Amino acid sequence: MSKIKEVLFKPLFDNNPIALQILGICSALAVTTKLESVVVMAMAVTLVTAFSNFFVSLLRNHIPSSIRIIVQMIVIASLVIVTDQLLKAFVYDVAKSMSVYVGLIITNCIVMGRAEGYAMKNGPVLSFLDGIGNGLGYSLVLIFVGIFRELIGSGKLFGISILPLTSEGGWYQANGMALLSPSAFFLIGFFIWGIRTWKKDQVEKGN
Amino acid sequence: MGNDSTTKTLIVATLLCVVCSVLVSGAAVSLKPAQDLNKVLDIKKNLLLASGLATDVSKMTAKEVEEKFQVVETKVVDLSTGEYVDMDPESYDAVKAAKTPGQNYKIDSKKDIAHIKTRAKLSKVYLVKENNEVSMIVLPVNGKGLWSTLYGFLALAPDTTTVKGLGFYQHGETPGLGGEIDNPNWKKLWIGKTALDAAFEPVIKVIKGSVNPASANANSEIDGLSGATLTSNGVTGLVHYWLGNDAFGPFLAKFRATTSNGEGVQDEQN
Repeated sequence: MSKIKEVLFKPLFDNNPIALQILGICSALAVTTKLESVVVMAMAVTLVTAFSNFFVSLLRNHIPSSIRIIVQMIVIASLVIVTDQLLKAFVYDVAKSMSVYVGLIITNCIVMGRAEGYAMKNGPVLSFLDGIGNGLGYSLVLIFVGIFRELIGSGKLFGISILPLTSEGGWYQANGMALLSPSAFFLIGFFIWGIRTWKKDQVEKGN
Repeated sequence: MGNDSTTKTLIVATLLCVVCSVLVSGAAVSLKPAQDLNKVLDIKKNLLLASGLATDVSKMTAKEVEEKFQVVETKVVDLSTGEYVDMDPESYDAVKAAKTPGQNYKIDSKKDIAHIKTRAKLSKVYLVKENNEVSMIVLPVNGKGLWSTLYGFLALAPDTTTVKGLGFYQHGETPGLGGEIDNPNWKKLWIGKTALDAAFEPVIKVIKGSVNPASANANSEIDGLSGATLTSNGVTGLVHYWLGNDAFGPFLAKFRATTSNGEGVQDEQN
């Protein structure tokens, strides 16, 4: 039981894939201008990580080590394509706004890293939960970044106006900088700073 | 048999590929109808939005969209002659045709102010009808912005010179800068502006900064988008191209000729 808990919740703060392992930064920059796409992206990555871990773990005793990376890639790629197709069929508007980034989940290091680092050595159920946990860790950072970017950049959350914009007769002058990719770097930086102030053991030792 | 033997490696690789390809192609084929429906619906929603027939389309169901679309008659036009072509508009995809040799037309680089290189020979036009009279012409337009090709609709009044609305349904401009072409307040600026001059040449222009209401051309000028000069220029370019003689010009001329009273109104205005 404690093992399950550890697998599920450790990736949130103690071993966050973005904040500690610094993986999956690319998509964290790309899709975080709107919370709506953040949520869909987070769900997609979580499900893909969970299921790819599950299938890789099922196959782990039969995967020849010489082609194990290719096998993992095929499993991940197939799942991503299916996810992309599902999004286009059921939430077309959101899928349109995320364009290529759904397909790029394939190259998200978190998915691959967990398949190679965890699923190859552990059973399917634990691997599945590990995928969910890491997906949640990823989601946490994305939502954090997304809230700030959408609020500062366009005065909205989930497309609902929170700070009325001057361009629409309100008082808030939107800061376009927040909508550009560099701002996500700063926000992720602040997030890592916050976590490492709270959990001192994550601070890297100087040389 | 060891995991690392050549035979096992080949067997695992082959089996995995077969299973995954069945899975992927199964998903692609079975979801295709739903995706196509979404695409068509998306274009229709944007047409309703650009023409002002509907304001809040994001929550409209497919049925409501179809209902609103009842007043819209879709026709296919041969752009070089401006004549209607007798074919089923539902099955025709001008965006695809623009890239298909034989169905596309290479735009002379000097005339290519929309920077699209090729366009379809045939284009759809949408006629919005009220009491059997055309109340609005909606033209599909596209052209290069800064990063991407913008696809949208331009709605004109039956006099073919007054803009009734403009909207883009697909683009990849920077959110917050060029992406502001989606801003409803900016799109509102287009309504009622004069797109063509007395000789029916395109004159409407997105300028830098705000329009001075005292200026002689104020009626054909649109406020620029700050921080998005190239996107603004792209919009001007594509509107000029599609309203010009190389694109919808002949069709609009024919349209004016057939609705003679429309032309009368036009003469008085100028």
